[in-house]
Amino acid sequence: MSALTDPQQGGFRPSMLLSDTRYRSYTFQFIALICLIGVIAFLLGNLFDNLAAQGLNISYDFLGAPSGYDINQRPIPYDSQSTHFRASIVGILNTLIIAVLACITATVIGVIAGVLRLSSNWLVRKIMSVYVEAFRNVPVLIWILIIFSIMTVSLPAPSAFRGDDPDTTMLFNAFALTNRGIYTPIPVMGAGGWIVVATFFASLIGIFALRRYAVRILYDQGRIIPTFWPSVAIFFLPTLLMFFILGRPITLEYPELSGFNFQGGLQIRGSLIALWFALAIYTGAFIAENVRAGIQAISTGQSEAAGALGLRPNRIMNLIILPQALRIIIPPLVSQYLNITKNSSLAIAVGYMDITGTLGGITLNQTGRAIESVLLLMLFYLIISLSISTVMNFYNNSVKLRER
Amino acid sequence: MSDTHAQSVAYVRDTVIPQAPPPALEAGAVKWVRTNLFSGWFNSILTVVTLYLVYLLLSVALPWIVNGVWRASDIRECRELAGASGGGCFAVITDRWEQLIFGFKYPSDQYWRPTFAFVMLFGAIAPVLFSKVFPRQLLVLTALYPFLAFYLIWGGTILIPLVAMAGIAAGYVVYSRLVARSFATGFFGGIVAAVLVWWLGGFVAAEEPRFLALDPVASRDMGGFMLNLILGVVCVSLSLPLGIMLALGRQSHLPVVKGICVVFIEFIRGVPLITLLFVANVVLAYFLPPGSNFDLILRVIIMITLFASAYIAEVVRGGLAALEKGQYEAADSLGLDYAQAMRLIILPQALKISIPGIVNVAVGLFKDTTLVSVISMFDLVGMIRGPILASTDWNGVYWELFGFAALLFFVVCYGISQYSQWLERQLATDHR
Repeated sequence: MSALTDPQQGGFRPSMLLSDTRYRSYTFQFIALICLIGVIAFLLGNLFDNLAAQGLNISYDFLGAPSGYDINQRPIPYDSQSTHFRASIVGILNTLIIAVLACITATVIGVIAGVLRLSSNWLVRKIMSVYVEAFRNVPVLIWILIIFSIMTVSLPAPSAFRGDDPDTTMLFNAFALTNRGIYTPIPVMGAGGWIVVATFFASLIGIFALRRYAVRILYDQGRIIPTFWPSVAIFFLPTLLMFFILGRPITLEYPELSGFNFQGGLQIRGSLIALWFALAIYTGAFIAENVRAGIQAISTGQSEAAGALGLRPNRIMNLIILPQALRIIIPPLVSQYLNITKNSSLAIAVGYMDITGTLGGITLNQTGRAIESVLLLMLFYLIISLSISTVMNFYNNSVKLRER
Repeated sequence: MSDTHAQSVAYVRDTVIPQAPPPALEAGAVKWVRTNLFSGWFNSILTVVTLYLVYLLLSVALPWIVNGVWRASDIRECRELAGASGGGCFAVITDRWEQLIFGFKYPSDQYWRPTFAFVMLFGAIAPVLFSKVFPRQLLVLTALYPFLAFYLIWGGTILIPLVAMAGIAAGYVVYSRLVARSFATGFFGGIVAAVLVWWLGGFVAAEEPRFLALDPVASRDMGGFMLNLILGVVCVSLSLPLGIMLALGRQSHLPVVKGICVVFIEFIRGVPLITLLFVANVVLAYFLPPGSNFDLILRVIIMITLFASAYIAEVVRGGLAALEKGQYEAADSLGLDYAQAMRLIILPQALKISIPGIVNVAVGLFKDTTLVSVISMFDLVGMIRGPILASTDWNGVYWELFGFAALLFFVVCYGISQYSQWLERQLATDHR
């Protein structure tokens, strides 16, 4: 701006608070601040009036009191004498369990369905679009309830497995599908069991190192060294060797029918399965759309150029299309993960004891501490959401295309 | 051909071969099947496996639908009628149809009122949805609809919706008179006029509570799919203006305004809707003035509206950010002030870009209205899980009921998303 058109640096008059754009923004912000403070004061004032009228107060002491209720899925030791705080921790762990399981399954389903929607096979393409539309357009709560009723109504009771001529039998003598949940074998760690597990992870790192080494040899010396079969060997051999050297320290505990129910093994409850599969299939439909959009966004010129360079189709996919498509796919994918975590609060509809079921459900009803419980509940979800979106912002900045 | 080869070629055809039909394998349906279903060993396996799975599904689903029993008074009679045919027990839907649609408390002799309101809904939104087909004057119907629907569904004297309408009309008249002077004058003048009319009209409505009155129906008596529709329509319409304001606030250069909007949006988007419904159910009453008696449906509408507005704000912000900077600069260089620039230049373009996103939010929100069943409101899912499945008559009919609910939601949501795609093509004014 030239010096000629600069406004005169005269004195400040109060009317400039409205007429001069330099000062008007302060006026607006001041009004906004006053309004905000007014609203908050009004709400808090009402809160204190209401609390005083009912003889209540805000206190988090209830977290230390014994909870007095049982939780059927306990990742950590817990009984009805434990505190409400511990019940909330159990709830948090259960939320994280369902979120992680559903995220992994939804990604697998979504990627497969998304790729198949672009298949050259007409039938598969159509079936996949039916799947995507059917699941995207129906509330996830209905899917959860449908799968829950399959689990609890359509599957046989454990007593159906009894007798010499039972109505149903266990799959492979290891899996029992009952209306109380699915019973599967569980690995039991003997002495040295953890060494086998550690060996397995060490060999995973070994495979990773081998691949890095192969790439470096390729770039430095132009030699291609085989990686596939060595990787397979590293994956299996050391772990198996260690397993037998240590005398098979890991054994499987099979579920067995005793009395009216199964004992031993791992019981996966119907509520967990219903929530897990419903969230996975529902969100998988959304992820399928993201994957399809991401792949389609890469212009055909890219794959044609790669083909002109003489790359084979799977290399075109791995080296050209996927790296570019992932940059587009990952941000909406992560927001779908966030949706799964938030939707897992629907657990309360099928009685799965996640944080909403413990802290926001039974604890809230037993103690009557509605404000405190709901605040803590929101805080938990906020922390998860905000930390994931912070990580995402870093990622987005690091993969952003450097443009002019 | 050069002369050097003139003698070396033994035979040269000098007539054109008549056109032959393509080989049978390369034409018509056969070719289509070959290229689309059996183009390689992998695709062939895929096709066969898929066909088998579809067959498995249909072999269960078709008898279930075709042999379904539609007339029976309870589940035992129904199962008897179906016998071994594998037919479904759809009699529960015909038997409990009114409960599924209207809930179990809405007075049954008044069912024509929500039905009429529902039919009118199509008349009211048609001028908005298909603005090229219908003349602009029909938008008056859309403006009248909320008051008509309120009168029909909730009942009571007609004076209340009339006064509300008069207030808004007065506000609009004052706004359109004053807006030429400045947007702020028009905006606040309009609000003052509307409040004034409502305040005065409140006395009139209180004087004559029986004037042209329909039987009043309390909010807590709403239920069934009607409740889902009411929540969906009301919350989406209310959250649109709120969301646009939040988006503008988040884009603004005023740090305080921006801060308030960012905190609000991120907070709402960071928590699940269920926790907000808990707030509506058990917490919100603490924050309202002592003695005030908001009923649950109103509190739920407030919270769902806030929830949706945060998501719509993010969509609109995307639209605002997608506009070229030149549009903002052009508006500035024309000498338009902020309100004019936004109203005349920026928002019409930004909202057009955001339409698909807004429709996605609306569909998602409509699906999320089923969550109110968790806080023991009897919407469609609440009705199914509560009174119907708990009754001795229909205890155990899961598939038919949940299938029916899924179908209702599918029809509405799929319809909306198809409309949105059609609208996107209509609005595409750029040359692709």
